[in-house]
Amino acid sequence: MNQNVILEAIDVVKHFGMGSGWLSQTPVVQAVDGVSLEVRRGETFAIVGESGCGKSTLARLLMRLLTPTSGDVLFDGRQVSTIQGEELKTLRCDMQFIFQDPFSSLNPRMTVAKLVAEPLEIHAPALSAQDRRAKVAELLRQVGLRAEHADRYPHEFSGGQRQRIGIARALASGPKLIIGDEPVSALDVSVQAQVINLLGDLSRDLGLTLVIIAHDLGVIRHMSDRVAVMYLGRIVEIGTTEDVFSEPKHPYTQALLAAIPSMDGPVTDHSATVHGEMPSPSDPPPGCRFHTRCPHAQALCKTQKPHLSAVQDASHQVACHFADTLQRRHRPSTATQKSKTAEARFALYRAATEGGAVTHNAKQDQP
Amino acid sequence: MTQTATQAPAPNDPLLEARPENRVWKKFRSHKSAMVGGALVVFFIAIALAAPILPIPDPAATDWGAVRKAPSGENWMGTDEIGRDVMARLIWGAQASLAAGVVSVGIAVLFGVPLGIVAGYFGGWTDAVISRCTEALLAVPFLILAIALAAFMGPSLTNAMIAIGISATPIFIRLTRGQVLSIKEEDYVESARAIGLPTPKILSRYIFPNVLPPILVQATLTIATAIIAEASLSFLGLGQQPPAPSWGSMLNTAKNFLNQAPWMAMWPGLSIFFVVLGFNLLGDGLRDALDPREH
Repeated sequence: MNQNVILEAIDVVKHFGMGSGWLSQTPVVQAVDGVSLEVRRGETFAIVGESGCGKSTLARLLMRLLTPTSGDVLFDGRQVSTIQGEELKTLRCDMQFIFQDPFSSLNPRMTVAKLVAEPLEIHAPALSAQDRRAKVAELLRQVGLRAEHADRYPHEFSGGQRQRIGIARALASGPKLIIGDEPVSALDVSVQAQVINLLGDLSRDLGLTLVIIAHDLGVIRHMSDRVAVMYLGRIVEIGTTEDVFSEPKHPYTQALLAAIPSMDGPVTDHSATVHGEMPSPSDPPPGCRFHTRCPHAQALCKTQKPHLSAVQDASHQVACHFADTLQRRHRPSTATQKSKTAEARFALYRAATEGGAVTHNAKQDQP
Repeated sequence: MTQTATQAPAPNDPLLEARPENRVWKKFRSHKSAMVGGALVVFFIAIALAAPILPIPDPAATDWGAVRKAPSGENWMGTDEIGRDVMARLIWGAQASLAAGVVSVGIAVLFGVPLGIVAGYFGGWTDAVISRCTEALLAVPFLILAIALAAFMGPSLTNAMIAIGISATPIFIRLTRGQVLSIKEEDYVESARAIGLPTPKILSRYIFPNVLPPILVQATLTIATAIIAEASLSFLGLGQQPPAPSWGSMLNTAKNFLNQAPWMAMWPGLSIFFVVLGFNLLGDGLRDALDPREH
């Protein structure tokens, strides 16, 4: 297989509620239904979709916190979807997870030092207590906390700080890949930016591969290299962030992008908007799963399941029967393009974090 | 990653060195009601242990000339229906009653909590087996079960304690299992799996400390039930063997003389009340001290 690919999912399926009892007949929830994707070494890969589309389940499948009903997950070319014992321990060292809710993802009865040192205890048992403490202090500094925070308990910190603790814990074992399940969605907007930048800096400095699950398109656009759009357990579009955002080919992606509030007042073009609720994953519609809400649905969509296929170049794939015809109608979205002021601020930020000289423009600082 | 572990910043920072155990103790000491509870418990334990050396009459010595005498300078707490000194019996009885309360609850917690954790965490068949057995035990009334077990094992205080302990175990299994079911869905338990923590450590570090608070409270309350249960067993001749005293057996005889000699019931009644209060306050304080979120 491709040396460049660090994590690969091949036709991964996860159905919940299979073992229903003998008196109760619970419906099978098709949370993830045949997802294939490749994550390349060093890139930031985003998975986006609305609530309930199965993206968190997919993250847990990739992480092997859940075992897939069928399909394979390969990490570094090794099959990981069924491993146990020592092999699983190695995987846990190489792959780490950042949770969505920093308020419930840290054991309230452990100090920060213990929380961050725990992965070291498992994956580097030879480390002396002194070295471990030193390493914890270093990790805390790396994520922007202070060493003296080590002896406090999680409840003494704000949401953003707790998420930093979570990140320090994820970094402790020295992973190659980190999966973030909506790592910033529970945080305030101002804190979101800090944590996103922290993740960006860490992935750049440590050469990490990031898989970020999100529903915030602004976050995705800012931090990811490639993006996969999920709808009701399936990937409907996958490509580089630039391609997907500037030339969305699937009607669902187009609708998602059209739903971003615009700074130029109300949107007048409603051709791309989607109505209604997402169907239940326990009773998904046949054919293309999006046909119940798609403004362009035709008879074929109701019967035949579309497969991911390349439209123009191989890197941009869409699962839509009519991707070619639809594409011409779409007007590229400008909503998520950064303004000039924002660009200038990001440039300043990059200059500051890379140690370059920061020259403040007096005029720019004034409101 | 994390390349520079070698630069080793000096971890001699006092904040880094502060041990959480000190924090728990400090918090416990500043908890006023816990200290009152602790004092009560220590007082009763001290009395029970000091019984042989205290200048009190023989608790089994009868005096037919001083039957059911009200408290006086000679008998501070009065005498019982065959002229035995109530205070002496109360002090000697503390041994049996405290032991019955603490040991039987200890047995119940020792078996109930691990079984509850295993049932709740692993679910499936393990849970089905443990839960069905628990329900079968719970279907029999607490005291009837204790009597049956004690009768089966033979009359002695030790057997009574074991019987009470086994009878109280299902309560702890149920309580613990319920707590574990809610705790194991927390993200932090998944985070422990995500870093590759072995299951025994997940149970001891993540599950156990977080299910502990309601168990502590339940345990302190069950001590009272256990002391009363020991009394009932004694009454049936299955607990402390006469003439050796226990608070429960004292209460049991005293109830026949409530009109003529209320002091016979009052002193053991008050003692049980204060011991239970003491354990309860102690348990509350311990729960708060162990919870880092409480201030």
